[in-house]
Amino acid sequence: MIETEQLTRCYGNLIAVDALSIRVEPGQVLGLLGPNGAGKSTAMRMIAGFLVPTSGSARVCGHDVVKEPLKAKQALGYLPEGAPSYGEMTVREFLRFIVRMRGLSGGVGYRCFDDVVQRLQLEDVLGISIETLSKGLRRRVGLAQAILHDPPVLMLDEPTDGLDPNQKHAVRQLIDVMARERTILISTHLLEEVHALCNRVVIIARGRLLADATPAELEQRSRYHGAVSFSAPGSAMSQEMLGRLPQVESIEIDPLDGRITVFPKPGERILEPVETLLRQQGLEVSEIQLERGRLDEVFRQITTVECGSVTAASGGRA
Amino acid sequence: MSPVTAVMRRELRSYFVTPVAYVFLVIFLVLAGILTFYVGDFYERGQADLQPFFVMHPWLYLILVPAITMRMWAEESKGGTLELLLTLPITLWQAMLGKFLAAWLFIGLALLLTFPIWITVNYLGAPDNGVILAGYLGSWLMAGTFIAIGACLSALTRSQVVAFILTALVCVLLILVGQPQVLELFQGTLPRQLINAAAHLSMLQHFEAIARGVLDVRDLYYFLLSMLCWLIAGVLLLDLKRTG
Repeated sequence: MIETEQLTRCYGNLIAVDALSIRVEPGQVLGLLGPNGAGKSTAMRMIAGFLVPTSGSARVCGHDVVKEPLKAKQALGYLPEGAPSYGEMTVREFLRFIVRMRGLSGGVGYRCFDDVVQRLQLEDVLGISIETLSKGLRRRVGLAQAILHDPPVLMLDEPTDGLDPNQKHAVRQLIDVMARERTILISTHLLEEVHALCNRVVIIARGRLLADATPAELEQRSRYHGAVSFSAPGSAMSQEMLGRLPQVESIEIDPLDGRITVFPKPGERILEPVETLLRQQGLEVSEIQLERGRLDEVFRQITTVECGSVTAASGGRA
Repeated sequence: MSPVTAVMRRELRSYFVTPVAYVFLVIFLVLAGILTFYVGDFYERGQADLQPFFVMHPWLYLILVPAITMRMWAEESKGGTLELLLTLPITLWQAMLGKFLAAWLFIGLALLLTFPIWITVNYLGAPDNGVILAGYLGSWLMAGTFIAIGACLSALTRSQVVAFILTALVCVLLILVGQPQVLELFQGTLPRQLINAAAHLSMLQHFEAIARGVLDVRDLYYFLLSMLCWLIAGVLLLDLKRTG
């Protein structure tokens, strides 16, 4: 379990994290989402005990990170941003070092080591020095370091940043497997990651908590939630008809590919009426889709509007 | 295994994986030899002792110890591994101690490898080996103080070059402060007590006393206390980074 209460960190006059209170329970995978410079890493560094909070507190498994740092650190597996590791060491030396630092002596240490090597498929690179590894492998070594002692709480700062799609997939699978009984906090600015991994999302910008919800709840905030989109050649005449449907709020046409999106009035369901109408009109529709809502749009809306900035608030497809 | 030994082993290993250790050992041994025989007039003195050898040590350390210690924390700060290290279950003190001990043991190894000089002097004459042992002890203690200074100043900055220069600067001040020439310079301008105090701070005085074979508790205290103070200062600097 991770709890923070009014966690605050200032750098001079700049407030990097502003009274952040979150609580992550076992079994949850919380995605800490925010634009670059939002304070994600600073918040994680405080929870990990690297930075001392200016005010407020953080607890890992009930241990205050300032008052009982060693106990909190024992309960935590942490992957810092960029997965730093000692480049001149081989993978084997590095992981053996972590085993010793974690106080895992003898048989337990070897078991943890073998287990993590197998889990992250590092067998082939054990004898290679870390600085010569590819970015993806280095990230895997960083992950191995974080999960080596099988911690109840896992905190990963941008775990898939800079990885190729296959590597991302592998890392996500690993997190998925680990998620069952653990408390996991990951930071990311990749929205697809939230879909793939998290059952809860906290959005922060300028150090402040702006939203705390499930990915589905966030999608419902999108104006695309419940909208119906389809592609149909020669459908210009049907627009007018669609607009006359009582449930329809508005219609938009993508200028690039001509895809039509029909937005419902609040609380209305429009898939069936639209389908019926199209059939009546005898239009050939290649495919029709009910939109779940677009996280990127909600993200932009939350992180820009609430900060008083309007620069990126206007739509467009992302 | 305690985290202190884990850090110490990692540091020691990193000396030997990178060329640092070999470059240091070769330069230290070659310079120690050259300086002893050519500058220190080892033969011409006609005395069976290692005074000319030990006299050179402060100056050797002045250049070589900062080269060992400059990367100690600066490299970790810059490479981001500081975050990794300090989020492992280890206190700042343990981390500092582990790194310090690694460097101190390494210099101890370098000193041990100067044994041919000891064999030479025993072959040529009948030196007082007790005095030589005291000389080695004094030299190792002095190296420890240099390392503690370097460890502290490396925690101050992310730049290894800055750490090197600052360490060398502080060390040269501590060597020179007790020299009669320097003390004379301030005679008259500064109060006598201050000059006396400065003279007592001099590393050279304490080292030379031990190297003569006079094992005074006060000299031992001087070195051990200096190490402790600089290490404490280093830990405080690291802590400041976390809160500042």
